[in-house]
Amino acid sequence: MKTAARKGLVQALGFLGLRAAMGLVLAVLALFLYDIGRKGGGAISWEFLSQAPRRGMTEGGIFPAIVGTFLVTLITAVLAVPLGMSAAIYLHEYAAPSRLTRLLRLSIRNLSGVPSIVYGLFGVILFVNLMRLGTSILAAGLTLGLMTLPWTITASEEALKTIPLSYREGAMALGATKWQTIRTNVLPYAVPGMLTGTVLGLARAAGETAPILFTGAAFYLPFLPKSLSDQFMALPYHLYIMATQHHAIQQVRPLAYGTALVLIALVLGLNMGAVVLRYRLRRKQR
Amino acid sequence: MKKKRRDLEEAAIRAFFSACGVLAVLALAGIFLTLLVTAVPAFREIKPAEFLLSKTWDPTSPEKAEYGILSMVMSTLMVTGGAMLLAVPIGIAVAAYLSDVAHWRVREILKPVVEILAGIPSVVIGFLGLVLVGPALAKVFHTGNGLNAVNGSVLLAIMALPTIISISEDSLNAVPRAISEASLALGGSRWQTLLRVKLPAGLSGVIAATMLGMGRAIGETMTVLMATGNARAFPHGLLDSVRTMTSGIAIELGEVPYYTTHYYALFAIGLVLFVITFAVNLVADVVLRRYQEREQ
Repeated sequence: MKTAARKGLVQALGFLGLRAAMGLVLAVLALFLYDIGRKGGGAISWEFLSQAPRRGMTEGGIFPAIVGTFLVTLITAVLAVPLGMSAAIYLHEYAAPSRLTRLLRLSIRNLSGVPSIVYGLFGVILFVNLMRLGTSILAAGLTLGLMTLPWTITASEEALKTIPLSYREGAMALGATKWQTIRTNVLPYAVPGMLTGTVLGLARAAGETAPILFTGAAFYLPFLPKSLSDQFMALPYHLYIMATQHHAIQQVRPLAYGTALVLIALVLGLNMGAVVLRYRLRRKQR
Repeated sequence: MKKKRRDLEEAAIRAFFSACGVLAVLALAGIFLTLLVTAVPAFREIKPAEFLLSKTWDPTSPEKAEYGILSMVMSTLMVTGGAMLLAVPIGIAVAAYLSDVAHWRVREILKPVVEILAGIPSVVIGFLGLVLVGPALAKVFHTGNGLNAVNGSVLLAIMALPTIISISEDSLNAVPRAISEASLALGGSRWQTLLRVKLPAGLSGVIAATMLGMGRAIGETMTVLMATGNARAFPHGLLDSVRTMTSGIAIELGEVPYYTTHYYALFAIGLVLFVITFAVNLVADVVLRRYQEREQ
Protein backbone atom coordinates (compact mmCIF):
# COMPACT_ATOMS: atom_id res chain seq x y z
CA MET A 1 0.00 0.00 0.00
CA LYS A 2 2.73 2.34 1.06
CA THR A 3 4.81 1.45 -2.00
CA ALA A 4 1.86 2.05 -4.33
CA ALA A 5 1.39 5.54 -2.92
CA ARG A 6 5.08 6.21 -3.30
CA LYS A 7 5.02 4.97 -6.87
CA GLY A 8 2.18 7.37 -7.63
CA LEU A 9 4.03 10.24 -6.03
CA VAL A 10 7.22 9.50 -7.96
CA GLN A 11 5.24 9.40 -11.19
CA ALA A 12 3.49 12.67 -10.41
CA LEU A 13 6.82 14.35 -9.66
CA GLY A 14 8.42 12.85 -12.78
CA PHE A 15 5.63 14.01 -15.07
CA LEU A 16 5.76 17.40 -13.41
CA GLY A 17 9.44 17.61 -14.36
CA LEU A 18 8.64 16.72 -17.98
CA ARG A 19 5.90 19.34 -18.07
CA ALA A 20 8.32 21.89 -16.63
CA ALA A 21 10.81 21.14 -19.42
CA MET A 22 8.11 21.68 -22.04
CA GLY A 23 7.04 24.88 -20.27
CA LEU A 24 10.63 26.13 -20.24
CA VAL A 25 11.02 25.63 -24.00
CA LEU A 26 7.70 27.37 -24.70
CA ALA A 27 8.64 30.23 -22.36
CA VAL A 28 11.94 30.76 -24.16
CA LEU A 29 10.21 30.82 -27.54
CA ALA A 30 7.54 33.20 -26.27
CA LEU A 31 10.14 35.48 -24.69
CA PHE A 32 12.15 35.62 -27.93
CA LEU A 33 9.16 36.35 -30.13
CA TYR A 34 7.74 38.86 -27.64
CA ASP A 35 11.00 40.77 -27.31
CA ILE A 36 11.53 41.02 -31.08
CA GLY A 37 7.86 41.76 -31.71
CA ARG A 38 7.54 44.51 -29.11
CA LYS A 39 10.82 46.32 -29.74
CA GLY A 40 10.86 45.65 -33.48
CA GLY A 41 7.23 46.62 -33.96
CA GLY A 42 8.01 50.19 -32.95
CA ALA A 43 10.55 50.53 -35.76
CA ILE A 44 8.29 49.24 -38.50
CA SER A 45 6.71 51.85 -40.72
CA TRP A 46 6.07 52.24 -44.42
CA GLU A 47 9.20 54.39 -44.59
CA PHE A 48 11.29 51.66 -42.90
CA LEU A 49 10.15 49.09 -45.45
CA SER A 50 10.34 51.25 -48.57
CA GLN A 51 13.44 53.44 -48.20
CA ALA A 52 17.20 53.06 -48.19
CA PRO A 53 19.29 53.64 -45.05
CA ARG A 54 20.34 57.27 -44.57
CA ARG A 55 22.94 59.23 -42.58
CA GLY A 56 25.44 56.43 -42.09
CA MET A 57 22.61 53.94 -41.53
CA THR A 58 21.30 55.72 -38.43
CA GLU A 59 18.03 56.58 -40.16
CA GLY A 60 15.87 55.42 -43.02
CA GLY A 61 14.85 51.92 -43.92
CA ILE A 62 15.92 48.53 -45.16
CA PHE A 63 14.45 48.42 -48.66
CA PRO A 64 17.75 47.52 -50.43
CA ALA A 65 18.27 44.65 -47.97
CA ILE A 66 14.77 43.28 -48.69
CA VAL A 67 15.40 43.48 -52.45
CA GLY A 68 18.84 41.86 -52.05
CA THR A 69 17.50 38.96 -49.99
CA PHE A 70 14.71 38.46 -52.54
CA LEU A 71 17.12 38.38 -55.49
CA VAL A 72 19.64 36.08 -53.84
CA THR A 73 16.89 33.68 -52.77
CA LEU A 74 15.63 33.66 -56.35
CA ILE A 75 19.06 32.52 -57.60
CA THR A 76 19.14 29.93 -54.81
CA ALA A 77 15.79 28.59 -55.97
CA VAL A 78 16.82 28.50 -59.64
CA LEU A 79 19.80 26.30 -58.77
CA ALA A 80 18.45 24.18 -55.93
CA VAL A 81 14.83 23.48 -56.89
CA PRO A 82 15.02 21.89 -60.38
CA LEU A 83 18.34 20.18 -59.70
CA GLY A 84 17.24 18.93 -56.29
CA MET A 85 13.92 17.57 -57.53
CA SER A 86 15.50 15.92 -60.58
CA ALA A 87 18.25 14.36 -58.47
CA ALA A 88 15.60 13.02 -56.10
CA ILE A 89 13.63 11.54 -59.02
CA TYR A 90 16.80 9.87 -60.24
CA LEU A 91 17.65 8.48 -56.81
CA HIS A 92 14.19 7.20 -56.02
CA GLU A 93 12.74 6.20 -59.40
CA TYR A 94 15.66 5.31 -61.64
CA ALA A 95 18.72 4.34 -59.59
CA ALA A 96 18.96 0.61 -58.95
CA PRO A 97 19.44 -0.21 -55.26
CA SER A 98 23.15 -0.79 -55.13
CA ARG A 99 26.11 -0.03 -52.91
CA LEU A 100 26.77 3.07 -55.01
CA THR A 101 23.23 4.42 -54.56
CA ARG A 102 23.49 3.88 -50.82
CA LEU A 103 26.77 5.75 -50.80
CA LEU A 104 25.22 8.62 -52.77
CA ARG A 105 22.33 8.86 -50.27
CA LEU A 106 24.69 8.70 -47.32
CA SER A 107 26.84 11.53 -48.65
CA ILE A 108 23.82 13.69 -49.45
CA ARG A 109 22.41 13.21 -45.94
CA ASN A 110 25.73 14.05 -44.36
CA LEU A 111 26.32 17.06 -46.56
CA SER A 112 23.14 18.60 -45.20
CA GLY A 113 24.98 18.74 -41.86
CA VAL A 114 28.07 20.52 -43.17
CA PRO A 115 28.39 23.94 -41.48
CA SER A 116 27.11 26.87 -43.52
CA ILE A 117 30.40 28.74 -43.18
CA VAL A 118 32.16 25.84 -44.91
CA TYR A 119 29.80 26.36 -47.87
CA GLY A 120 30.84 30.01 -47.70
CA LEU A 121 34.51 29.03 -47.98
CA PHE A 122 33.68 26.80 -50.92
CA GLY A 123 31.75 29.62 -52.58
CA VAL A 124 34.76 31.93 -52.25
CA ILE A 125 37.03 29.45 -54.05
CA LEU A 126 34.65 28.16 -56.69
CA PHE A 127 32.29 30.99 -57.59
CA VAL A 128 34.13 34.16 -56.54
CA ASN A 129 37.63 33.15 -57.66
CA LEU A 130 37.66 30.19 -60.05
CA MET A 131 34.54 31.11 -62.01
CA ARG A 132 35.43 34.81 -61.77
CA LEU A 133 31.96 35.85 -60.67
CA GLY A 134 33.47 38.16 -58.06
CA THR A 135 31.54 39.02 -54.92
CA SER A 136 28.06 39.23 -56.40
CA ILE A 137 24.43 38.22 -56.14
CA LEU A 138 25.16 35.35 -58.48
CA ALA A 139 28.08 34.00 -56.43
CA ALA A 140 26.16 34.30 -53.15
CA GLY A 141 23.00 32.78 -54.64
CA LEU A 142 24.88 29.82 -56.10
CA THR A 143 26.65 29.26 -52.75
CA LEU A 144 23.31 29.23 -50.93
CA GLY A 145 21.90 27.03 -53.71
CA LEU A 146 24.56 24.40 -53.13
CA MET A 147 23.90 24.53 -49.40
CA THR A 148 20.17 24.07 -49.99
CA LEU A 149 20.62 21.22 -52.48
CA PRO A 150 21.00 18.37 -49.95
CA TRP A 151 17.86 19.58 -48.13
CA THR A 152 15.77 19.74 -51.30
CA ILE A 153 16.99 16.33 -52.47
CA THR A 154 16.21 14.71 -49.12
CA ALA A 155 12.81 16.39 -48.79
CA SER A 156 11.82 15.54 -52.39
CA GLU A 157 12.87 11.93 -51.93
CA GLU A 158 10.81 11.70 -48.75
CA ALA A 159 7.82 12.95 -50.74
CA LEU A 160 8.40 10.35 -53.47
CA LYS A 161 8.66 7.62 -50.83
CA THR A 162 5.10 8.29 -49.68
CA ILE A 163 3.63 7.37 -53.10
CA PRO A 164 2.49 3.72 -52.93
CA LEU A 165 4.20 1.27 -55.25
CA SER A 166 0.78 0.21 -56.55
CA TYR A 167 0.34 3.59 -58.29
CA ARG A 168 3.44 2.85 -60.35
CA GLU A 169 2.54 -0.78 -60.96
CA GLY A 170 -0.93 0.24 -62.14
CA ALA A 171 0.48 2.45 -64.87
CA MET A 172 3.18 -0.05 -65.79
CA ALA A 173 0.62 -2.83 -66.13
CA LEU A 174 -1.28 -0.74 -68.67
CA GLY A 175 1.86 -0.52 -70.77
CA ALA A 176 3.06 2.93 -69.78
CA THR A 177 6.77 3.60 -70.04
CA LYS A 178 8.84 4.56 -67.03
CA TRP A 179 8.59 8.29 -67.71
CA GLN A 180 4.87 8.12 -68.50
CA THR A 181 4.37 6.36 -65.19
CA ILE A 182 6.33 8.97 -63.28
CA ARG A 183 4.66 11.85 -65.07
CA THR A 184 1.07 10.71 -64.70
CA ASN A 185 1.00 8.53 -61.60
CA VAL A 186 3.85 9.65 -59.35
CA LEU A 187 4.65 13.34 -59.76
CA PRO A 188 1.11 14.74 -59.46
CA TYR A 189 0.84 13.18 -56.00
CA ALA A 190 4.43 13.85 -54.92
CA VAL A 191 4.76 17.46 -56.03
CA PRO A 192 2.91 19.03 -53.04
CA GLY A 193 5.30 17.33 -50.62
CA MET A 194 8.30 18.15 -52.79
CA LEU A 195 7.32 21.82 -52.97
CA THR A 196 6.77 22.07 -49.23
CA GLY A 197 10.18 20.63 -48.45
CA THR A 198 11.76 22.89 -51.03
CA VAL A 199 10.16 26.07 -49.74
CA LEU A 200 11.24 25.15 -46.19
CA GLY A 201 14.81 24.82 -47.50
CA LEU A 202 14.59 28.17 -49.26
CA ALA A 203 13.29 29.83 -46.09
CA ARG A 204 16.31 28.54 -44.21
CA ALA A 205 18.62 29.76 -46.98
CA ALA A 206 17.02 33.23 -46.95
CA GLY A 207 17.88 33.60 -43.27
CA GLU A 208 21.48 32.41 -43.59
CA THR A 209 24.34 34.82 -43.10
CA ALA A 210 27.61 32.88 -42.98
CA PRO A 211 27.62 31.69 -46.64
CA ILE A 212 27.08 35.21 -48.01
CA LEU A 213 29.57 37.00 -45.73
CA PHE A 214 32.37 36.70 -48.27
CA THR A 215 30.54 35.91 -51.49
CA GLY A 216 28.67 39.13 -52.14
CA ALA A 217 26.85 40.75 -49.21
CA ALA A 218 27.77 44.41 -48.78
CA PHE A 219 27.90 46.57 -45.67
CA TYR A 220 26.10 49.47 -47.31
CA LEU A 221 25.14 50.32 -50.89
CA PRO A 222 23.51 53.61 -51.84
CA PHE A 223 21.86 52.06 -54.92
CA LEU A 224 19.86 48.97 -55.65
CA PRO A 225 21.84 46.31 -57.55
CA LYS A 226 21.54 46.78 -61.31
CA SER A 227 22.63 43.32 -62.39
CA LEU A 228 23.33 39.92 -60.91
CA SER A 229 27.07 40.63 -60.88
CA ASP A 230 26.65 43.51 -58.42
CA GLN A 231 27.11 43.24 -54.68
CA PHE A 232 23.95 43.45 -52.61
CA MET A 233 22.59 44.21 -49.14
CA ALA A 234 20.80 41.34 -47.41
CA LEU A 235 18.49 41.26 -44.38
CA PRO A 236 20.48 38.79 -42.24
CA TYR A 237 23.81 40.48 -42.99
CA HIS A 238 22.25 43.89 -42.36
CA LEU A 239 21.09 42.70 -38.95
CA TYR A 240 24.60 41.43 -38.16
CA ILE A 241 26.08 44.80 -39.16
CA MET A 242 23.53 46.83 -37.23
CA ALA A 243 23.94 44.64 -34.15
CA THR A 244 27.72 44.40 -33.94
CA GLN A 245 29.62 46.49 -36.50
CA HIS A 246 27.89 49.86 -36.52
CA HIS A 247 29.71 52.90 -35.09
CA ALA A 248 26.68 54.00 -33.05
CA ILE A 249 25.35 50.65 -31.86
CA GLN A 250 23.06 51.88 -29.08
CA GLN A 251 21.52 54.53 -31.33
CA VAL A 252 20.64 52.08 -34.11
CA ARG A 253 19.35 49.34 -31.81
CA PRO A 254 15.68 50.05 -32.71
CA LEU A 255 16.57 49.68 -36.41
CA ALA A 256 18.32 46.39 -35.64
CA TYR A 257 15.19 45.17 -33.82
CA GLY A 258 13.06 46.23 -36.79
CA THR A 259 15.34 44.34 -39.18
CA ALA A 260 15.16 41.24 -36.96
CA LEU A 261 11.36 41.41 -36.95
CA VAL A 262 11.16 41.70 -40.75
CA LEU A 263 13.61 38.80 -41.16
CA ILE A 264 11.71 36.55 -38.75
CA ALA A 265 8.39 37.47 -40.37
CA LEU A 266 9.82 36.64 -43.80
CA VAL A 267 11.28 33.26 -42.79
CA LEU A 268 8.35 32.13 -40.66
CA GLY A 269 5.97 33.46 -43.32
CA LEU A 270 7.67 31.30 -45.96
CA ASN A 271 7.46 28.32 -43.58
CA MET A 272 3.76 28.85 -43.07
CA GLY A 273 3.27 29.43 -46.78
CA ALA A 274 4.82 26.05 -47.46
CA VAL A 275 2.42 24.31 -45.10
CA VAL A 276 -0.61 26.11 -46.54
CA LEU A 277 0.57 25.30 -50.08
CA ARG A 278 0.73 21.60 -49.26
CA TYR A 279 -2.72 21.68 -47.70
CA ARG A 280 -4.21 23.47 -50.72
CA LEU A 281 -2.62 21.22 -53.32
CA ARG A 282 -3.63 18.11 -51.40
CA ARG A 283 -7.23 19.23 -51.24
CA LYS A 284 -7.34 19.99 -54.95
CA GLN A 285 -6.38 16.41 -55.72
CA ARG A 286 -9.35 14.95 -53.98
CA MET B 1 8.55 3.56 -85.82
CA LYS B 2 6.52 5.15 -83.06
CA LYS B 3 7.90 2.73 -80.50
CA LYS B 4 11.44 3.53 -81.48
CA ARG B 5 10.87 7.21 -80.94
CA ARG B 6 9.33 6.52 -77.57
CA ASP B 7 12.29 4.40 -76.54
CA LEU B 8 14.61 7.21 -77.53
CA GLU B 9 12.60 9.67 -75.51
CA GLU B 10 12.66 7.38 -72.49
CA ALA B 11 16.42 6.99 -72.75
CA ALA B 12 16.89 10.75 -73.04
CA ILE B 13 14.76 11.45 -69.97
CA ARG B 14 16.52 8.77 -68.02
CA ALA B 15 19.87 10.26 -69.02
CA PHE B 16 18.69 13.71 -67.95
CA PHE B 17 17.69 12.60 -64.45
CA SER B 18 20.83 10.52 -64.04
CA ALA B 19 22.92 13.51 -65.05
CA CYS B 20 21.14 15.65 -62.45
CA GLY B 21 21.76 13.06 -59.77
CA VAL B 22 25.40 12.70 -60.66
CA LEU B 23 25.88 16.46 -61.01
CA ALA B 24 24.38 17.13 -57.60
CA VAL B 25 26.62 14.59 -55.94
CA LEU B 26 29.71 15.72 -57.87
CA ALA B 27 29.10 19.33 -56.86
CA LEU B 28 28.82 18.29 -53.26
CA ALA B 29 31.80 15.94 -53.31
CA GLY B 30 33.70 18.81 -54.91
CA ILE B 31 33.39 20.75 -51.66
CA PHE B 32 35.65 18.39 -49.80
CA LEU B 33 38.25 18.23 -52.57
CA THR B 34 38.26 22.00 -53.08
CA LEU B 35 38.71 22.61 -49.37
CA LEU B 36 41.50 20.05 -49.27
CA VAL B 37 43.32 21.55 -52.24
CA THR B 38 43.06 25.07 -50.82
CA ALA B 39 44.06 24.04 -47.31
CA VAL B 40 47.19 22.11 -48.31
CA PRO B 41 49.36 25.12 -49.29
CA ALA B 42 49.01 26.38 -45.70
CA PHE B 43 51.30 23.56 -44.61
CA ARG B 44 54.20 24.70 -46.76
CA GLU B 45 54.92 27.17 -43.96
CA ILE B 46 53.02 25.80 -40.98
CA LYS B 47 53.99 22.56 -39.29
CA PRO B 48 50.85 20.38 -38.95
CA ALA B 49 51.74 19.64 -35.31
CA GLU B 50 52.03 23.35 -34.53
CA PHE B 51 48.75 24.03 -36.33
CA LEU B 52 46.85 21.51 -34.23
CA LEU B 53 48.64 21.83 -30.88
CA SER B 54 49.74 25.44 -30.45
CA LYS B 55 47.49 27.77 -28.49
CA THR B 56 48.70 30.91 -30.22
CA TRP B 57 46.91 32.16 -33.32
CA ASP B 58 48.58 35.38 -34.43
CA PRO B 59 48.93 35.39 -38.23
CA THR B 60 49.45 39.15 -38.50
CA SER B 61 52.29 39.42 -35.97
CA PRO B 62 55.12 41.54 -37.41
CA GLU B 63 57.84 39.39 -35.80
CA LYS B 64 56.70 35.82 -36.18
CA ALA B 65 53.30 34.78 -37.46
CA GLU B 66 51.84 31.90 -35.45
CA TYR B 67 49.11 29.55 -36.56
CA GLY B 68 47.90 27.40 -33.68
CA ILE B 69 44.20 26.54 -33.59
CA LEU B 70 44.05 24.79 -30.21
CA SER B 71 42.40 27.77 -28.49
CA MET B 72 39.71 27.87 -31.17
CA VAL B 73 39.16 24.10 -31.02
CA MET B 74 38.91 24.32 -27.22
CA SER B 75 36.42 27.19 -27.52
CA THR B 76 34.27 25.20 -29.93
CA LEU B 77 34.36 22.14 -27.65
CA MET B 78 33.52 24.22 -24.60
CA VAL B 79 30.56 26.02 -26.14
CA THR B 80 29.25 22.82 -27.75
CA GLY B 81 29.76 20.78 -24.58
CA GLY B 82 27.89 23.36 -22.51
CA ALA B 83 25.10 23.44 -25.06
CA MET B 84 24.72 19.65 -24.97
CA LEU B 85 24.68 19.60 -21.13
CA LEU B 86 21.65 21.88 -21.29
CA ALA B 87 19.92 20.65 -24.44
CA VAL B 88 20.13 16.87 -24.03
CA PRO B 89 18.27 16.50 -20.69
CA ILE B 90 15.71 19.19 -21.58
CA GLY B 91 15.28 17.84 -25.10
CA ILE B 92 14.72 14.27 -23.91
CA ALA B 93 12.31 15.46 -21.20
CA VAL B 94 10.27 17.40 -23.76
CA ALA B 95 10.30 14.44 -26.14
CA ALA B 96 9.10 12.18 -23.31
CA TYR B 97 6.41 14.69 -22.42
CA LEU B 98 5.17 14.83 -26.01
CA SER B 99 5.18 11.07 -26.51
CA ASP B 100 3.98 9.86 -23.10
CA VAL B 101 2.26 12.60 -21.12
CA ALA B 102 0.60 15.07 -23.47
CA HIS B 103 -2.88 14.51 -24.82
CA TRP B 104 -2.70 13.90 -28.58
CA ARG B 105 -4.52 17.15 -29.32
CA VAL B 106 -2.03 19.11 -27.23
CA ARG B 107 0.80 17.27 -28.96
CA GLU B 108 -0.48 18.19 -32.44
CA ILE B 109 -0.42 21.85 -31.42
CA LEU B 110 2.91 21.82 -29.57
CA LYS B 111 4.96 20.01 -32.21
CA PRO B 112 4.69 22.74 -34.86
CA VAL B 113 5.22 25.35 -32.13
CA VAL B 114 8.57 23.75 -31.27
CA GLU B 115 9.37 23.74 -34.99
CA ILE B 116 9.04 27.55 -35.01
CA LEU B 117 12.15 27.60 -32.83
CA ALA B 118 14.03 25.77 -35.58
CA GLY B 119 12.88 28.36 -38.10
CA ILE B 120 14.41 31.38 -36.36
CA PRO B 121 17.54 32.39 -38.33
CA SER B 122 20.83 32.02 -36.47
CA VAL B 123 21.66 35.71 -36.85
CA VAL B 124 18.47 36.56 -34.95
CA ILE B 125 19.38 34.13 -32.17
CA GLY B 126 22.81 35.76 -32.04
CA PHE B 127 21.20 39.18 -31.84
CA LEU B 128 18.99 38.03 -28.96
CA GLY B 129 22.09 36.67 -27.27
CA LEU B 130 23.64 40.10 -27.54
CA VAL B 131 20.68 42.16 -26.31
CA LEU B 132 18.65 39.77 -24.13
CA VAL B 133 20.31 36.55 -22.94
CA GLY B 134 23.85 37.92 -22.49
CA PRO B 135 22.85 40.87 -20.27
CA ALA B 136 20.60 38.56 -18.21
CA LEU B 137 23.47 36.09 -17.69
CA ALA B 138 25.80 38.94 -16.81
CA LYS B 139 23.47 39.86 -13.94
CA VAL B 140 23.27 36.27 -12.71
CA PHE B 141 27.01 35.60 -12.81
CA HIS B 142 28.17 39.17 -12.06
CA THR B 143 30.37 39.39 -15.12
CA GLY B 144 30.94 42.37 -17.39
CA ASN B 145 28.84 42.07 -20.53
CA GLY B 146 27.77 38.45 -20.60
CA LEU B 147 29.44 37.79 -23.95
CA ASN B 148 31.11 34.52 -23.01
CA ALA B 149 31.02 30.75 -23.46
CA VAL B 150 27.96 30.31 -21.20
CA ASN B 151 25.95 32.69 -23.36
CA GLY B 152 26.99 30.78 -26.48
CA SER B 153 26.09 27.48 -24.81
CA VAL B 154 22.61 28.64 -23.82
CA LEU B 155 21.90 29.93 -27.34
CA LEU B 156 23.27 26.86 -29.10
CA ALA B 157 21.27 24.67 -26.72
CA ILE B 158 18.11 26.50 -27.78
CA MET B 159 19.03 25.99 -31.44
CA ALA B 160 19.82 22.30 -30.97
CA LEU B 161 16.59 21.59 -29.04
CA PRO B 162 14.18 21.20 -31.99
CA THR B 163 16.44 18.58 -33.61
CA ILE B 164 16.91 16.66 -30.37
CA ILE B 165 13.21 16.83 -29.45
CA SER B 166 11.85 15.74 -32.81
CA ILE B 167 14.21 12.78 -33.37
CA SER B 168 14.01 11.59 -29.75
CA GLU B 169 10.24 11.74 -29.89
CA ASP B 170 10.20 9.69 -33.08
CA SER B 171 12.40 7.07 -31.46
CA LEU B 172 10.24 6.91 -28.31
CA ASN B 173 7.13 6.51 -30.46
CA ALA B 174 8.82 3.75 -32.45
CA VAL B 175 9.24 1.56 -29.37
CA PRO B 176 6.80 -1.32 -29.98
CA ARG B 177 3.64 -1.02 -27.92
CA ALA B 178 3.89 -4.63 -26.81
CA ILE B 179 7.04 -3.86 -24.85
CA SER B 180 5.57 -0.97 -22.87
CA GLU B 181 2.26 -2.81 -22.40
CA ALA B 182 4.16 -5.75 -20.91
CA SER B 183 5.76 -3.40 -18.40
CA LEU B 184 2.38 -1.90 -17.47
CA ALA B 185 0.82 -5.34 -17.15
CA LEU B 186 3.52 -6.35 -14.67
CA GLY B 187 2.44 -3.46 -12.45
CA GLY B 188 4.91 -0.82 -13.56
CA SER B 189 3.67 2.75 -13.46
CA ARG B 190 3.71 4.86 -16.64
CA TRP B 191 6.73 6.72 -15.23
CA GLN B 192 8.62 3.48 -14.54
CA THR B 193 7.72 2.22 -17.99
CA LEU B 194 9.02 5.39 -19.57
CA LEU B 195 12.21 5.47 -17.55
CA ARG B 196 13.18 1.79 -17.48
CA VAL B 197 11.60 0.41 -20.65
CA LYS B 198 10.93 3.01 -23.31
CA LEU B 199 13.99 5.20 -22.88
CA PRO B 200 16.45 2.26 -22.94
CA ALA B 201 14.62 0.80 -25.96
CA GLY B 202 14.75 4.11 -27.81
CA LEU B 203 18.28 4.89 -26.70
CA SER B 204 19.92 4.65 -30.10
CA GLY B 205 17.52 7.22 -31.51
CA VAL B 206 18.19 9.53 -28.59
CA ILE B 207 21.95 9.15 -29.13
CA ALA B 208 21.58 9.91 -32.84
CA ALA B 209 19.48 12.97 -32.00
CA THR B 210 22.18 14.18 -29.63
CA MET B 211 24.88 13.70 -32.25
CA LEU B 212 22.89 15.60 -34.89
CA GLY B 213 22.24 18.44 -32.45
CA MET B 214 25.95 18.47 -31.61
CA GLY B 215 26.92 18.62 -35.28
CA ARG B 216 24.71 21.63 -35.72
CA ALA B 217 26.16 23.34 -32.64
CA ILE B 218 29.77 22.77 -33.71
CA GLY B 219 29.17 24.31 -37.12
CA GLU B 220 27.03 27.24 -36.04
CA THR B 221 28.68 30.54 -36.93
CA MET B 222 26.60 33.68 -36.52
CA THR B 223 25.28 32.92 -33.03
CA VAL B 224 28.71 32.36 -31.49
CA LEU B 225 30.24 35.17 -33.55
CA MET B 226 27.77 37.68 -32.12
CA ALA B 227 27.31 36.39 -28.61
CA THR B 228 30.58 34.99 -27.21
CA GLY B 229 32.92 38.00 -27.30
CA ASN B 230 35.54 36.50 -29.64
CA ALA B 231 38.59 36.88 -27.37
CA ARG B 232 41.61 35.16 -28.89
CA ALA B 233 43.12 33.86 -25.62
CA PHE B 234 42.92 30.23 -24.55
CA PRO B 235 39.70 29.87 -22.52
CA HIS B 236 39.99 28.53 -18.98
CA GLY B 237 36.38 28.58 -17.87
CA LEU B 238 32.86 28.88 -19.16
CA LEU B 239 32.74 32.53 -18.11
CA ASP B 240 35.65 33.39 -20.42
CA SER B 241 35.05 35.05 -23.74
CA VAL B 242 35.78 32.58 -26.54
CA ARG B 243 36.50 32.55 -30.27
CA THR B 244 35.37 29.33 -31.93
CA MET B 245 36.69 27.88 -35.18
CA THR B 246 33.66 29.15 -37.07
CA SER B 247 33.91 32.71 -35.74
CA GLY B 248 37.68 32.67 -36.35
CA ILE B 249 37.02 32.08 -40.05
CA ALA B 250 34.18 34.60 -40.17
CA ILE B 251 36.22 37.36 -38.52
CA GLU B 252 39.39 37.00 -40.56
CA LEU B 253 38.39 35.88 -44.04
CA GLY B 254 37.04 39.33 -44.88
CA GLU B 255 40.35 41.05 -44.18
CA VAL B 256 42.92 38.55 -45.34
CA PRO B 257 44.74 39.05 -48.69
CA TYR B 258 44.03 36.21 -51.12
CA TYR B 259 46.56 33.41 -51.62
CA THR B 260 48.68 34.11 -48.53
CA THR B 261 49.56 31.53 -45.86
CA HIS B 262 47.00 33.19 -43.59
CA TYR B 263 44.32 32.74 -46.30
CA TYR B 264 45.19 29.08 -46.78
CA ALA B 265 45.30 28.58 -43.00
CA LEU B 266 41.68 29.76 -42.72
CA PHE B 267 40.68 27.13 -45.26
CA ALA B 268 42.62 24.58 -43.20
CA ILE B 269 40.40 25.50 -40.22
CA GLY B 270 37.41 25.02 -42.51
CA LEU B 271 38.71 21.59 -43.46
CA VAL B 272 39.11 20.59 -39.79
CA LEU B 273 35.56 21.81 -39.17
CA PHE B 274 34.26 19.86 -42.18
CA VAL B 275 35.96 16.65 -41.05
CA ILE B 276 34.68 16.95 -37.45
CA THR B 277 31.06 17.67 -38.40
CA PHE B 278 31.08 15.04 -41.13
CA ALA B 279 32.33 12.44 -38.65
CA VAL B 280 29.71 13.42 -36.04
CA ASN B 281 26.92 13.30 -38.62
CA LEU B 282 28.15 9.99 -40.00
CA VAL B 283 28.06 8.36 -36.56
CA ALA B 284 24.55 9.75 -35.99
CA ASP B 285 23.48 8.45 -39.38
CA VAL B 286 24.85 4.95 -38.82
CA VAL B 287 23.25 4.69 -35.37
CA LEU B 288 19.92 5.93 -36.71
CA ARG B 289 19.86 3.64 -39.77
CA ARG B 290 20.85 0.55 -37.86
CA TYR B 291 18.09 1.18 -35.41
CA GLN B 292 15.50 1.90 -38.11
CA GLU B 293 16.43 -1.26 -39.97
CA ARG B 294 15.97 -3.25 -36.78
CA GLU B 295 12.50 -1.79 -36.37
CA GLN B 296 11.40 -2.87 -39.82
